[in-house]
Amino acid sequence: MDTIIKIAWRDLWRNKKRTFITMGSIMLAVFLAMFMRSMQIGSYNNMILAGVTEVGYLQVHDSGYWNNKSINKSFVYTKNLKKKIESVENVSNLIPRLESFALGSFGNQTKGIFLIGTNPEIEDQQTHLSRKIVKGRYLKKDDTGILLAEKLAKFLKADVNDTIVILGQGYQGVTAAGKYEVVGILKFLAQEQDNKMVYTSLSNAQNMISPYVPDILSSLSIMLDNPNKMVKTQAELQKTLGNNYEVITWRTVLSEMVQTIQGDNAGGIIMLLILYIVVGFGIFGTVLMMTLERRREFAVMVSVGMRRGKLSFVILIETLVIGFLGVICGIIISLPFLIYLHINPIPVSGEIADMMIQYNMVPAIPFSLQGYIFLNQGFTVLILALIASLYPIFIINRFKVLNALRG
Amino acid sequence: MGIIDIKNLHKVYTDTKIPVKAVNGIDLSFQEGEFTAIVGPSGSGKTTFLNMVGGLDTPTEGEIIIDGTNISHLKSRQLIDYRLNHIGFVFQAYNLIPVLTAIENVAFIMQLQGKSKKVRNKRAKELLDAVGIGDKINNRPGDLSGGQQQRVSVARALASKPKFILADEPTANLDSKSTSDLLDMMLKMNKESKITFIFSTHDQRVMDKARRIITIDDGLVVKDEKVDK
Repeated sequence: MDTIIKIAWRDLWRNKKRTFITMGSIMLAVFLAMFMRSMQIGSYNNMILAGVTEVGYLQVHDSGYWNNKSINKSFVYTKNLKKKIESVENVSNLIPRLESFALGSFGNQTKGIFLIGTNPEIEDQQTHLSRKIVKGRYLKKDDTGILLAEKLAKFLKADVNDTIVILGQGYQGVTAAGKYEVVGILKFLAQEQDNKMVYTSLSNAQNMISPYVPDILSSLSIMLDNPNKMVKTQAELQKTLGNNYEVITWRTVLSEMVQTIQGDNAGGIIMLLILYIVVGFGIFGTVLMMTLERRREFAVMVSVGMRRGKLSFVILIETLVIGFLGVICGIIISLPFLIYLHINPIPVSGEIADMMIQYNMVPAIPFSLQGYIFLNQGFTVLILALIASLYPIFIINRFKVLNALRG
Repeated sequence: MGIIDIKNLHKVYTDTKIPVKAVNGIDLSFQEGEFTAIVGPSGSGKTTFLNMVGGLDTPTEGEIIIDGTNISHLKSRQLIDYRLNHIGFVFQAYNLIPVLTAIENVAFIMQLQGKSKKVRNKRAKELLDAVGIGDKINNRPGDLSGGQQQRVSVARALASKPKFILADEPTANLDSKSTSDLLDMMLKMNKESKITFIFSTHDQRVMDKARRIITIDDGLVVKDEKVDK
């Protein structure tokens, strides 16, 4: 075995220039791929973090709420329930919310709204809702006023200090209705949110929607100490709460964002695939040349008693070594760049930065240093190298010794 | 019965427009310790004959029995193992592995046989000493002269302790002195170790040393004479 490895290694350096060019092409491809993937995954993480900040890593609902979002699928948030949830390992912050669709009316204008009752303090800590205020003030604890989204306010022709009538379905057949003073206007960049969002304090929403059953919630968002243990925590929480509740992850809540990321990710992977196909042909060309120009040498080895399988192994080692060295060099040269960009993300300015801030995103292009990015590139190149060596191995197993000896 | 018995050996190449009869019915027997030269004009069939005896080519008809084994019936993989353990090759163009040193080239054969590193290095060194280049064991083929490379090639052929050595025009690329030294060395080994040498050659100097000269023409043995030296 040692001589076979020796032959493979020394053969690689017989034509140093060719080996270096092949390694260089792999190195460049790995560098570009890692740069691209690190940026892409960093951006996804930024988006996910922003999304999770809004909805939590996990959400607890009454059983069946997610598929049938009815106010009657609310649950009572007792102290005992809170204690149970907080007792589960990895649970950190809890954000209680009561959400409902209703009609908002001012003067002659009426429009469908989405009402969220929340704990103003916790909500602001988590989602920085107060940063979206463009007029008026933010909510106080047990505030009886409401915050209107800017476009909705424009449609209703309402402003701060005006009183809005809200009418909707309450819990268990009660009519939810009331008059509420607009204390502030919120600006959302997403049109859909800007057209319908209304925020009020949790107690105010509970009084309106469920005056007879106190402390109801439609959802309880849960933040985690260690997001990597989300699935385990989800299972534990579900076990603790039983079948009367459903515990879902942000992936279900933000399924549209997950799909958007998956679509974009697929585009990125196609780009990588094209890059790697080019590199794969480079490796293939080199290995094929190395095989064909040594046919006579291989014929001699077979003549003197070397099995073709062992010869194939020589080619396999050579291909894998080129691939491996290319990957290692690619990782070594890209690491300093990626570490620098991870610590110092590329800042974004202007409107894009404003938009990112509105979405609770850091106004910068972050680079990810997740280990799987490196591992994936390494495995991809090594698999490509394996594929590239298949045809030369086929040649080795089929060539005619005498013809090669004469050649 | 000899160490090699060849019966009614034929080889017809059919991959040409007109089938070519390269070997046309050869019956021969080689005894242990022979030093034989196979001679004949170019295209007479001597290399084809040697390739078949060495298991590098398969006969169209006939039998090659080496030490009781009919190698014409062996499969490709069995032939590779048979060559490794029973036949030594010396090629006209030396055909050493360029990336291995002299000692590694010789030891490589023994590694294929599964011998331990200690055993193969010891024997490789002994063989290189025996062929007269014990001082160049760590040189790669590119750093050796033609004659020196052919000596390594002979040492490599002997490494597996074969029953016989087939040498196809081994002196064709060598100068007079190298040829003479190489032949003397081979003759010495033939005498001392009783290893059978079979040469295919045009070289008169080889013929002068041979103790049996077989002349092949048109794929047939036309003359088979023993020479007393």
